[in-house]
Amino acid sequence: MPLPGYLIGVAALLVLALTALLPRRIRSGTVVIYGGSLVVTAVLFAAAAWHLLANAAGLSLSLPLGVPWLGANFRLDALSAFILVVIDFGAAAASYYALGYGRHEHEPMRVLPFYPVFLAAMNLVVLADDAFAFLLSWEMMSLASWALVMSHHQVPGNARAGYVYIVMASIGTFALLMAFGLMAGDIGDYTFAAMRAHASERTATGVVLALALFGAGSKAGLAPFHVWLPLAHPAAPSHVSALMSGVMTKVAVYGFLRIVFDLLGTPVWWWGIPVLATGAVTAVIGALLGLMQNDLKRVLAYSTIENIGVIFIALGLALGFQSHGYSAAAALALTAALFHVLNHSLFKSLLFFGSGALLTATGERNMARLGGLLNRMPMTGLFMLVGCVAISALPPFNGFVSEWLAFQAILLSPVLSSWALKLMIPAVGAMLALAAALAGAAYVRVFGIAFLGRPRSDAATNATEVDRFSVTAMAALGILCLAAGVFPGVVIDALEPLVRQLLGTAMAHQSQLGWLAIAPIAESRSSYDGLLVFLFITTSALLAAVIIHRFASDQTRIAPPWDCGFPQNDPATQYTPESFAQPVRRVFSGFGFAASEAVDMPRPGDLRPAHFELKLKDLIWDYGYQPVVNTVFGIADALNRLQFLTIRQYLSLVFAALVFLLLALAIWT
Amino acid sequence: MTILGNLTIQILQMLLVLLPAPLLIGFIRKVKARLLRKKGPPLIQPYRDLIKLVGKEAVVADSASWLFRAVPYLVFAATWVAAALIPTFATGLLFSWSADLIAIIALLGSARFFLALAGMDVGTGFGGLGSSREMMFATLAEPAMIMIVFAVALIAGSTQLSYVAEFMLSPAVGLRVSLALGLIGLVIVAIAENARIPVDNPATHLELTMVHEAMVLEYSGRHLAMIELSAQLKLLLYVSLIACLFLPWGLAPVGAGIGLHVFGIAAYFAKLAVAGVALAVFETSIAKMRVFRVPDFIGVALMLGLLATLLRFMSGSL
Repeated sequence: MPLPGYLIGVAALLVLALTALLPRRIRSGTVVIYGGSLVVTAVLFAAAAWHLLANAAGLSLSLPLGVPWLGANFRLDALSAFILVVIDFGAAAASYYALGYGRHEHEPMRVLPFYPVFLAAMNLVVLADDAFAFLLSWEMMSLASWALVMSHHQVPGNARAGYVYIVMASIGTFALLMAFGLMAGDIGDYTFAAMRAHASERTATGVVLALALFGAGSKAGLAPFHVWLPLAHPAAPSHVSALMSGVMTKVAVYGFLRIVFDLLGTPVWWWGIPVLATGAVTAVIGALLGLMQNDLKRVLAYSTIENIGVIFIALGLALGFQSHGYSAAAALALTAALFHVLNHSLFKSLLFFGSGALLTATGERNMARLGGLLNRMPMTGLFMLVGCVAISALPPFNGFVSEWLAFQAILLSPVLSSWALKLMIPAVGAMLALAAALAGAAYVRVFGIAFLGRPRSDAATNATEVDRFSVTAMAALGILCLAAGVFPGVVIDALEPLVRQLLGTAMAHQSQLGWLAIAPIAESRSSYDGLLVFLFITTSALLAAVIIHRFASDQTRIAPPWDCGFPQNDPATQYTPESFAQPVRRVFSGFGFAASEAVDMPRPGDLRPAHFELKLKDLIWDYGYQPVVNTVFGIADALNRLQFLTIRQYLSLVFAALVFLLLALAIWT
Repeated sequence: MTILGNLTIQILQMLLVLLPAPLLIGFIRKVKARLLRKKGPPLIQPYRDLIKLVGKEAVVADSASWLFRAVPYLVFAATWVAAALIPTFATGLLFSWSADLIAIIALLGSARFFLALAGMDVGTGFGGLGSSREMMFATLAEPAMIMIVFAVALIAGSTQLSYVAEFMLSPAVGLRVSLALGLIGLVIVAIAENARIPVDNPATHLELTMVHEAMVLEYSGRHLAMIELSAQLKLLLYVSLIACLFLPWGLAPVGAGIGLHVFGIAAYFAKLAVAGVALAVFETSIAKMRVFRVPDFIGVALMLGLLATLLRFMSGSL
């Protein structure tokens, strides 16, 4: 599809947003908006996927819109095509899901007009080819998603979430504005082509890197700028949460890739260090804090932070390799990052859809009030299980492949000559493994508490399976998670053009290897075959089951739980989310959070109830943000006094300011 | 011809890890009993237990879901596949390339993931207790294992077990500090992962400190048999892994004759016997730890693994 086609698609989404404002019956509004978004994003997805797979030439277009001396420039290359695939596939899945889920919305008019704008803005960010168009659509994306976060503003906490989000988003955009300003430099040409052409004569590249890491990283959820994410993502309706976590964070990763890998020029040896450090810290903090949450959607939001950390670890490795001249290793690391971008968009959307299904069926987001749902919602449960296994990086699903590629990249890194990187990368590897293990624990907790065991509330007892749209959307994503894990070579080959575009080289073609295996460097070094592992596991499980049922016993008796002979019928005797996390909480307390427990146990014979109190402190918020917030509010309070002066005082202030400015001008010149 | 030969070795390998797994447990029990001057059950007692369990009807709790019945087979399959990919008597395994050392660890991770879920499925206090503790141990044991793998893979230049074993057989290895650290770390991880003393006590059934046994408390009949067999297989897997990485003597190289293979099998059984005796002596001479001392214990393995990897990054000869 030519580039105007993509822009027409974006325009169609914007028009769709306007139709939401037309008065009509609420139900059909939902169908029109989500159905329309589904059609448009599906077309955009197909076009972008074709562009990527056919390895078509880049397209560019200049429109006489916006700033007169700049115009509006758009371009579609392999990188933007890949991110468009991620965006529009996620958007199409979310729109399809919302055809069912959106019907439960109490106030659809707070969601419907902003939803297509959000989709359009994300598409535009990726298509933009100058700083102006990029920042404008970036800000449009922030504002539209802010409006969606605020759609349930009456719910306690959501207003604060929206407030923190909009503040962080504004500061982040400001940082990106500065980054583009520095890159445009003296020439003052804000097109990306000009920035790319003048990359060699650029100074202060380190500042640009820091600004990009902050600006794009805060949007993606990189620690310590992640604080808004676990507040804002869960506050939105579930299909929007899926888009924000699964897709919008990828647009942020795109922003970082575009600035640092494409526009900024040849990497310097130390660029990898800050990226690796923030990535590793983010991964561990996200995984740990996610394990402490009771709100299902908040667990998922923290896990997004963890996965963004994994992506940035791989990006940092790619920068480190590329700056030392090891392009092949850099290509492996970048492929790992991009593979994880795709994977995370798949399973995080799936998990948010599942949490939305739980919300529809039970009205609960608090896991402590769920339980036993696998028996009541078998399809949702099955696909949530797929999502949980995939995101815990377990074979044969897709999350494992990207993490495996990242480990393989780490194993190549002793060749790097810089000592700082040599000392750092083993620790980063350990943190990557730690984050993966913590994520496994977190998802055993999610699935075990919410779907297994006995129901902990009436809402969970009476839950029923959700509508067909939701189930189909989850099924599609679940199947893709398995497919990407079983045929990883296909994905790696599809990523080849954009890796080549960013680094000048790419991983070897994987499709020639037998049995659909993948071998990043050479078969003698390492190889993995998702298909065979999948086949081996299914065959041996089936074989064992068939043999035992055929030749031994196949009789089953259903009985009450044994529980060591003293079964407790009260569901409250089960493990709760807090008690499941207790061992991990105790072992890791102090890493980004501080936990304190107080138990008040009455003496024997005393009839008052026992009391347990758990206090969790987010150390990053308390020591990183609270002082800043206090300072800003303190200054604001001090300035507040200026509002209550007499007219004479105001006049003398004006006079003093005038004298001061004139003096300053006199001294300056 | 080579393909056919390798296929034979692969199939032989699959049986060779499955069949002696209960025997290893029986042997360890016997040695432990002897060390306590008891007579101990016969060596084949684990086989008898398994056969008896398989023939009984399975009692499933009424609050359990389908996952509860599927997990024993899934856990068994994942563990068996992982065990079948570790060279025990010959290096030329046909499917060795389909999953490297990292994938083998992840396969064991899958098995643990599902077992922990099964522990929570019935909705009893004990199940949750076992699952939550198991996952806490895993959060440290898994990174430790990955770091040890890093150290070994960096020395051998491969994560592919067949190649690693061949490299370890060659004189290029030499004595290295990082290998020694890795060995100690791997032994610690193996003890923790297999729920042996001092981390967990495989002999007790109703002790509040138990971890693995608490998770599988609700299982019975054929399901319990599969879980028990998986646990035995996992112990054998770790012993084989340690033997393959650190004591690869006797492994038949690719294309070796029948004689070398027979010798390889004999050497493998000898290694199993040595490991069994060592484990029994170790378990008899040490007391079980409190649960919250275990993270320190596994943390040592993590630090050793990290140190070994770091040494490899620093210098090619350490």
